[in-house]
Amino acid sequence: MLAKRIIPCLDIKNNEVVKGIHFEGLRGAGDPLELAKRYNDELADELMFLDITASHEKRKTILELVKKISENIFIPFSVGGGVSDLEDIRNLLNSGADKVSINTAAVLNPGLIDSAAKKFGSSTIVIAIDAKKLGEGYIVFTHGGRNNSGIDAINWAKEVYNRGAGEILLTSMDRDGTKNGYEINLTSLVVRSVKIPVIASGGARNAEDMEEVFVKTGVSAALAASIFHYEETGIIPIKRYLKSKGINVRL
Amino acid sequence: MNIVIIDYGMGNLKNVQNAFNYLGFDAKITGDYGDIGHASHLILPGVGGFKDAMLTLKQKGLVEPIKAAISGGKHFLGICLGMQLLFETSEEFGQSEGLAVLKGKVVKFNEDNTPLIPHIGWNDIEILKQASEFNGIKNNAFFYFLHSYYCVPDEDITVATCSYYERFAACVKKNNIFACQFHPEKSHIGGLTLLKNFINN
Repeated sequence: MLAKRIIPCLDIKNNEVVKGIHFEGLRGAGDPLELAKRYNDELADELMFLDITASHEKRKTILELVKKISENIFIPFSVGGGVSDLEDIRNLLNSGADKVSINTAAVLNPGLIDSAAKKFGSSTIVIAIDAKKLGEGYIVFTHGGRNNSGIDAINWAKEVYNRGAGEILLTSMDRDGTKNGYEINLTSLVVRSVKIPVIASGGARNAEDMEEVFVKTGVSAALAASIFHYEETGIIPIKRYLKSKGINVRL
Repeated sequence: MNIVIIDYGMGNLKNVQNAFNYLGFDAKITGDYGDIGHASHLILPGVGGFKDAMLTLKQKGLVEPIKAAISGGKHFLGICLGMQLLFETSEEFGQSEGLAVLKGKVVKFNEDNTPLIPHIGWNDIEILKQASEFNGIKNNAFFYFLHSYYCVPDEDITVATCSYYERFAACVKKNNIFACQFHPEKSHIGGLTLLKNFINN
């Protein structure tokens, strides 16, 4: 039976992990390669990199980092952040990424999804959606959550599916960083609207939150960043808990 | 030992090479049929469309060298699309002809029974016959799958199956050919063990 996936995410700025890291005994705690290897060994089902480096020039260094990491980890590896065209996608794939996640560029130019899926295969294209509750609905925000696109998140999810996206990475901006648990209603609505895997993101505090999002929404994967940075909520203990609750995970 | 990863422009061959390098083996990525002739171990990886892949193999003059290598008894590993290409036909985009070194066809998951296609993620395999490639790999071990089509062999060559709404062939073995639908290079310890076994056999 297909396992539910647990995906740690590393936010990278200028080749360093920027969220707080508190691993015991880890040399160079902010070193993305060391963390990637550690997650690989701790049974992460996939690794997500989000490059938040601002300047275009410095972004080139991320390709070297992607290459180095892909030589050392043997699980699927997705990279996102600032991906704007087919050239960016090709460069990341050629450097060793298995999947590329696109956010703002897809909203500004939805045709990019079609052409990217056609050129590199749907399975390599992840569309990241940052959604925020406004009134009764959920609205897509772009540019790292700064700009209101005015687009309905559920309609946008359907559109990216129809254009050939292979997966959706859905982040609730209302929950991101709050540790109040995943946004169950938003996640359910998106899962029910598309026939591609959805990755839930934003708000995870512990294994119970992951259990809730898997049981209540039918989502394929749960992503989290900072909670894995602490020993007590390592990936293996979380998976053991999920397994004890009858959720199929790879252990 | 001379490990060759066949380059025909489909998918991420570098990650297969990375896995061999990590295991301490040199593996060459090449589309040169001379190199294929000199290989002791051949790997045919691949992500993408069956029809395009066959067309590219033909254009690059690789169909005959691959068939000759297989009939000459070289150790041969097909991965994902590289497994599917070994069969006679695929129903992808109408009917497409494969390398036909194994009897059978390639079919798509039934969209009526399967909520999400492709089959993406970690799934466990049931080992039916103990092949040497499985040494050190437990029954029901998880491997990483990413595919919309699967192989239906016409011979009794399935050594492991996997279930995704329907049960399908996860691994086949016939003489010097071993092929898997999953990606061993992305399947952590189980995948690395399988690649190591393939080389050491």
